[in-house]
Formats: sequence, C-alpha cells, structure tokens
Amino acid sequence: MSYPDMMRAAIKKVEETRKKRLDETFSMLSPEEKKELLENFHPDYRDDAFREVKVGANKGQSLPHEVVDILEARSRIDPDSFSLDVDREVDVLVIGGGGGGSSAALIADALGAEVLQVTKLRMGDANTMMAQGGIQIADKENDSPAIHFLDVMGGGGFANKPDLVKALVMDAPEVGKWLEDLGYMFDKEEDGRMVTRHGGGTSRKRMHSARDYSGAEIMRTLRDEVQNREVPTIEFLPAVELLLTEEGSCQGAVLYDLETEEYMVIRAKTVILATGGFGRIHVSGFPTTNHYGATADGLVMAYRAGANLLFMDSTQFHPTGAAFPEQIVGLLITEKVRGLGAQLVNNEGEQFVYPLETRDAEASAIIRECEDRGRGIETPTGMKGVWLDSPMIDQIHGKGTLKKELPAMFRQFDRFDIDITEDPILIYPTLHYQNGGVEIDASCETRVKNLFVAGETSGGVHGKNRLMGNSLLDVLVFGRRAGRAAAERVREVKFGKLSLDHVKDYNRGLEEGGVETDRVSPMLLPDYSAEGSF
Amino acid sequence: MGDGMVTIYLMGKAYSVPENLTIMKAMEYSGFQLKRGCGCRGGFCGACATVYRIKGDYRVQEGLACQTVVEEDMYLSMIPFYPAIKKKYDIEELEPETNVLRQLYPEINRCLGCNTCTRSCPQELEVMDYMNAAIRGDIEKVANLSFDCIMCGLCASRCPAELVQHNVAILARRIYGKYILPKARHLAERVREIEDGRIEKEVDELIAKDREGLEKLYNERDIEGE
Ligand SMILES: Cc1cc2nc3c(=O)[nH]c(=O)nc-3n(C[C@H](O)[C@H](O)[C@H](O)COP(=O)(O)OP(=O)(O)OC[C@H]3O[C@@H](n4cnc5c(N)ncnc54)[C@H](O)[C@@H]3O)c2cc1C
Ligand code: SF4
Ligand code: SF4
Ligand code: FES
Repeated sequence: MSYPDMMRAAIKKVEETRKKRLDETFSMLSPEEKKELLENFHPDYRDDAFREVKVGANKGQSLPHEVVDILEARSRIDPDSFSLDVDREVDVLVIGGGGGGSSAALIADALGAEVLQVTKLRMGDANTMMAQGGIQIADKENDSPAIHFLDVMGGGGFANKPDLVKALVMDAPEVGKWLEDLGYMFDKEEDGRMVTRHGGGTSRKRMHSARDYSGAEIMRTLRDEVQNREVPTIEFLPAVELLLTEEGSCQGAVLYDLETEEYMVIRAKTVILATGGFGRIHVSGFPTTNHYGATADGLVMAYRAGANLLFMDSTQFHPTGAAFPEQIVGLLITEKVRGLGAQLVNNEGEQFVYPLETRDAEASAIIRECEDRGRGIETPTGMKGVWLDSPMIDQIHGKGTLKKELPAMFRQFDRFDIDITEDPILIYPTLHYQNGGVEIDASCETRVKNLFVAGETSGGVHGKNRLMGNSLLDVLVFGRRAGRAAAERVREVKFGKLSLDHVKDYNRGLEEGGVETDRVSPMLLPDYSAEGSF
Repeated sequence: MGDGMVTIYLMGKAYSVPENLTIMKAMEYSGFQLKRGCGCRGGFCGACATVYRIKGDYRVQEGLACQTVVEEDMYLSMIPFYPAIKKKYDIEELEPETNVLRQLYPEINRCLGCNTCTRSCPQELEVMDYMNAAIRGDIEKVANLSFDCIMCGLCASRCPAELVQHNVAILARRIYGKYILPKARHLAERVREIEDGRIEKEVDELIAKDREGLEKLYNERDIEGE
C-alpha cells in the first residue's frame, strides 16, 4: 500500500523543493490575517454548518447540525411503558470506562462508597487510551499554577469558567503525585526530575509524558488499579437514559446490554457521567481521531435530564490528521512532527503556512489551500490533503531521529509500506476534541441535583479552545473531584420514586418546537456498515 | 481478483471486499456493526486482536484488525476476549525485589523459550526477552522492553506455556514507575506548597482581575525558550 503513481508525481515536487525549504521560514500570521482566515475557513464559522436547537436548556442557540441531530431525537425507550423495576442498587453509579470514569470510581471506592462502573465497550476503549502528547502540570521551579491559569484562560479565549480553571491548575500537582505513586512511568531525568516540553499555547515547558503513549500509560494504570481494588465494573453495558426522582434529582440510569439487548435499571444515590467526547458524530463530515465509542451519549442523556451545555458551538479540529492511506484517514499525526521541523507543503511543493500556528488557524489554512486555492493533492478515493514533510526531521536533527522520537507514528505508516523518513505524509484536518459540554461546578455537579459530570463530556474548563495536555489533566482532576463529591453526597441522599417524566417532558418539548423526527439517541455505536467507514 | 476485490472468510463465511481495506473496515463493508473487537481504531487499545490463516498455508498468523490489510483467501477470527489470569495486588504493599514478579506469577518459570510470543506481537516487541528478564527479576528491563504493549493478549493466546506476558509486564512497569524510578522532588515540593496554602492567593488575584487586565497579562507574559 505504498503511494500510488498519481501521488508519486506530487511527491517529486516536494523532494525538489526540500533543500531550498530547509532554510526557509514561513512568516507567522498577523492577528488580522488570522481573524480573516478563521472567519472564512474554520468550520466553526460556517453558517450553513449550524442550526438552532428547538428543545431543552439551550433552546434557541445555534449548534452544529450533527449536535442538534442527536439532541433533537427520541429516547431509545418509551417512557410511558418502560418498567422501572430496579435490578440493582448502589451508592455511586459511574458511567464510562475512560480516564474520567476510572479515576472517579477509584476515589469513590476509596472513600467507602459502594460503586458500580459501567462502560459501553471494554474498560479502556476510550479517548484516554489514545493520547500521545502528554499532560500539563505546573510543577517546575520556574512555573506555577498561576502561570498555568493564565495560559489556560488565554488559550480558551478568556471564556473559561475561572473557578474550574482554578481547580484544574491547583489540583494538577496532586494528580501528578497520584500518578507517580500508582507507578506511572513518567519520562524523567536520571535524578527523577520530570522531562517537560512545550505544547501549543504553553508559556512554560510543562508537558509531562510517558514516551508517545502518555494516555495509554494513564489508562492501563488506572484500569489495573480498578481491577486490583475489585471495583465492580460491567463492560458492554452502556447507559441510554438517566433516571430522576419525582423531585428532579438524579438517582440512577437505564442501561442496555449490547449483546443480550436487554435493559437494566440501576438505582443509585449519585451518578457520575464520564462518557467522553463526540468525534464519531463527524461534525461537518470530518473524519476523527476519536475512538469508536465517542458518540456524545452523556451529552444527550444529561441534556434530556435538564442539564445545560456550554460552548458546544466550538469544535477542535486537529490540523494534521492522516489523509492517506484510506485505512487510517483521520488518525492523529501528532503536533510533535511539526515541532521537530516538518513543514506543511502544497501540490507545488511550497509552504503556505507557518507550521506552528494555533490549531484552529493551522487547520483553516489547510482547508483554504485545498478547497479555495485548489492546491491540495488528491488521493485515489478522492480525498484531498497537503503534505507534511516528515523526511525533513532526519535532515535537520540527524538520521534516526524520527524513528527514535516518533516510534508509534513510524510503525503506524510502516504497516502500510510507507516509510515516513523517506516520503512525506498526506494530511487533512480531523475532528479531535469536544471543547464544550455539560456545565458543571467545581465539584462537577450539574444543574441536575446529584448528577456529576467529568472529563470531555463536561464544558467550561477549556472555554472555547482546549490546549494540548490539559484534557488528560482535566479528566483526572475532575474525575477525582466527581468521585469525592458523589461519594460524600451519598450520606445525604434518600431514595425517592424513580421516574422518566423528564423524557416525557422532553418529547413534549420536541413537539412544541415543531421537531418531527424518528431519529433516536444516544447513538451508542456509529453505523459504518451502511455508508462506508471512517 | 484483478477487479480490486478479494475474498475473505469471516469465521468461515466468504465475503468479497475491496483489497485495500483493513480487516476491521472489511468487516464493516461486509455489513457487520462491530460491538466487540473495536475500540480506538488506531492501534492503541488492543481491542481488536485477530488470528488468521491464508488458504494453503498451515501457519496461523496474528494481527490487529484495525491495522492489518486483508489478503486474498484470508480466513480470520477475532479474539475480542481472552481469559487471561490477572493477579490482584496492593501496589503499596509490594517490594521492588527480584522475586516479586515470580511470587505473583510463579508460572513464568515454565517458559519454553519458543519465541512464539515475540513472533505474534503486533507491536513488534521483544516479548520473549522481557519474559526472560521477568524470570531473572530484572524489573527495569521488563518495564522498558514492554513499554509499548497495548495489552491485546495475542502473545498470551498463543503461548504454549499459558503465560500472561502482558499482565506480568504491567506489574513490572508499575513497580518500576513507583519504586525504582527516582521520585520527582520538585513535584512533591509543589504539592506541599499548595497544601500549605502558599499558592492559592496568586490564582485568586488573577481571578479578581477583569477581562482586560487578564488579557494584558496574558499578552505580555514571558515565554520560556526552547
Ligand atoms: C488521538 C487523541 C490524542 C489525544 N492527545 C491528547 C494529549 O496528548 N494530551 C491531552 O491532554 N489530551 C489528549 N487528547 C484528549 C484526551 O485524551 C481526552 O479528552 C480524554 O482522555 C477524555 O477522557 P474521558 O474520560 O472524558 O473520555 P474517554 O477516555 O473517551 O472515556 C469515555 C468512556 O465512556 C464510555 N462510554 C461512552 N458512551 C457511553 C455510554 N452511553 N454508557 C457507558 N459508557 C459510555 C466509552 O466507551 C469510554 O470508555 C487526545 C485525544 C485523542 C482522541
Ligand atoms: S510464547 Fe510463552 S513459552 Fe514461548 S517464549 Fe513466549 S512466554 Fe515463553
Ligand atoms: S506484548 Fe503481547 S499483549 Fe502486548 S502488544 Fe505484544 S502481543 Fe499484545
Ligand atoms: S481497535 Fe484499538 S488497537 Fe485496533
């Protein structure tokens, strides 16, 4: 599966100009140029990609069609006939088997609560497993939580909720210590000092890592610990609806066994939702870096239960997703490739953007190059992309650098007979992160009493744009906070009568809003058997 | 053949699929909506362990469904779950001694040195070497050699001595990370500063600022050099 002839010709151009480009620096965008670029080419600014949502707490707000589609949809269960006979009672129900859910489960369990953790796929089939770059922690002498605070706020366009950002940066060192004590293999110097690097938008080198498996190392460590502590977990058992009491506080969920196709009713004193992001709803038709189960289920369930959403109008596109070979379209090509000196090059073999602009600007420039200027390179399946000139890395830093610094990436392409030390990588922006989500307070509680949300499902902490390394931190900080708050709340809660009235109300809202649809949500699994896959 | 299609056999049943697809996408192309055996779709989670054999060849090969391209006359089956043993332990109670791996997994001494595990690893790890290191009690070596393990379980599923390489490996990595790698002193110090209440004030002062003030500070902040 090496490059076909039609692409080989284009690669020639890249090779021809490589030598010249080695000492060429493309100028950075001025603030005005950047603004214009974003407004014209960033998918967040495309009016035709949005419509008004007609139901629920964010009624009247303009959101991407794909988000509105899953919000304006019917429940998987019929609230009028569904039997709410309780199958199992617990203190804390944790929904989600990623970093957020697992840290919440561990903390709630350690505080003595009776926990049940359920997840849609296997434990650890989650975005957390896929993070490569690292986690931000302000622990060096020249750094501080206050400096970190400023970076997060600036990165998020100052729209972030300050109390959440404070929690994020102040808890970060403790989270680092927790990981270290659990046996996380941080990249360290001989004497134990953390090896730290810059990431987009950091003013200090604060990115901590575990080679290029930073997230996998978190996920497998937490999963191992959940197993060691014997926290009850059930896999392939997604939640499909939350349960409220007649007084409106959350007391459980309806679960659905993916294999037996049976429903199960769990009554819980508190509920933690940590179902992750929305990459697999493919906003504006983009491919995604996200795992198979990233279908925004938690967002839908919380919204139907009355919670409100923040910043769901902003989506993070990663500028460099694989565009070839077809098998890995959308897969993340880490920022580090550009960090090590690889330039972005069009079909003429020319640079067209400074390689380390912010993600939104970088992505917009690539979209402009392909869609507007017609300088993209086409693949056999008709997808367009531009080159990321990876062979430059060894030319700049010496032979062997790429393989040493980016082993996962090298392996990834080598499987398809593409040697990225010799040939460039074809890339196009890919849907990467859900910037917004369910509004929470600093203890992760939502507008719905006793419903806690943590991780990528929540919104507010990153404002309108998350910086790399702050979401692994987010899931651990707020996962732990949710675990603690939910476990402590247990003592105050008395079981009430379970009800699905909120679903009935929501259906009425759909009718009142004039929404006629037979769409059903949460989606649970994307269906690639019909339309061909991403 | 020749029309860009190949015939593959999913659990024994024939399907015609485009030749460039991964096994995972070929299954979807054939009409399956995957429930098990599909996680990250990018070679990171180990959910999609698959064994296959090409017609006429006696050898059974291993791969990740999301990373392996289909071939003509490929007979395949996923192993989405493998009943591997996983020992429970309290990481706080362990000692980083040479016999700790063998105490929890005494069966590792049964290794036959057949190298099947190394041959079956989709991450191309030196699995047998790390198992040998485990038997010797060289925790550091196990941790480093196994670092890229995605815990797909393919090695374990093929091991004639019925060992659980990946579970031995994660135990070694956690012991290494916790007890053998030196602690980061600056991290502990920062945690202490926060506990002593020495940090909160600085953050609260920033919160008290209006947007303009904050923006000014942000735009003027100094940036650590490379
Ligand atoms: C390729 C990639 C690279 C990244 N790199 C970085 C990085 O370098 N640094 C960084 O900080 N961040 C990075 N991120 C972002 C970060 O990894 C995620 O934002 C974070 O891990 C999300 O954690 P989570 O626990 O909220 O969700 P996830 O880890 O996605 O976990 C969600 C869990 O919920 C389960 N679930 C979903 N729906 C249901 C349901 N209905 N019922 C029950 N369970 C359900 C899922 O199966 C999954 O187990 C990256 C993300 C990706 C995709
Ligand atoms: S497959 Fe099993 S017996 Fe063979 S070398 Fe590996 S661990 Fe030893
Ligand atoms: S060592 Fe075993 S479990 Fe780990 S990646 Fe290799 S085959 Fe899979
Ligand atoms: S689906 Fe995760 S490794 Fe294949």
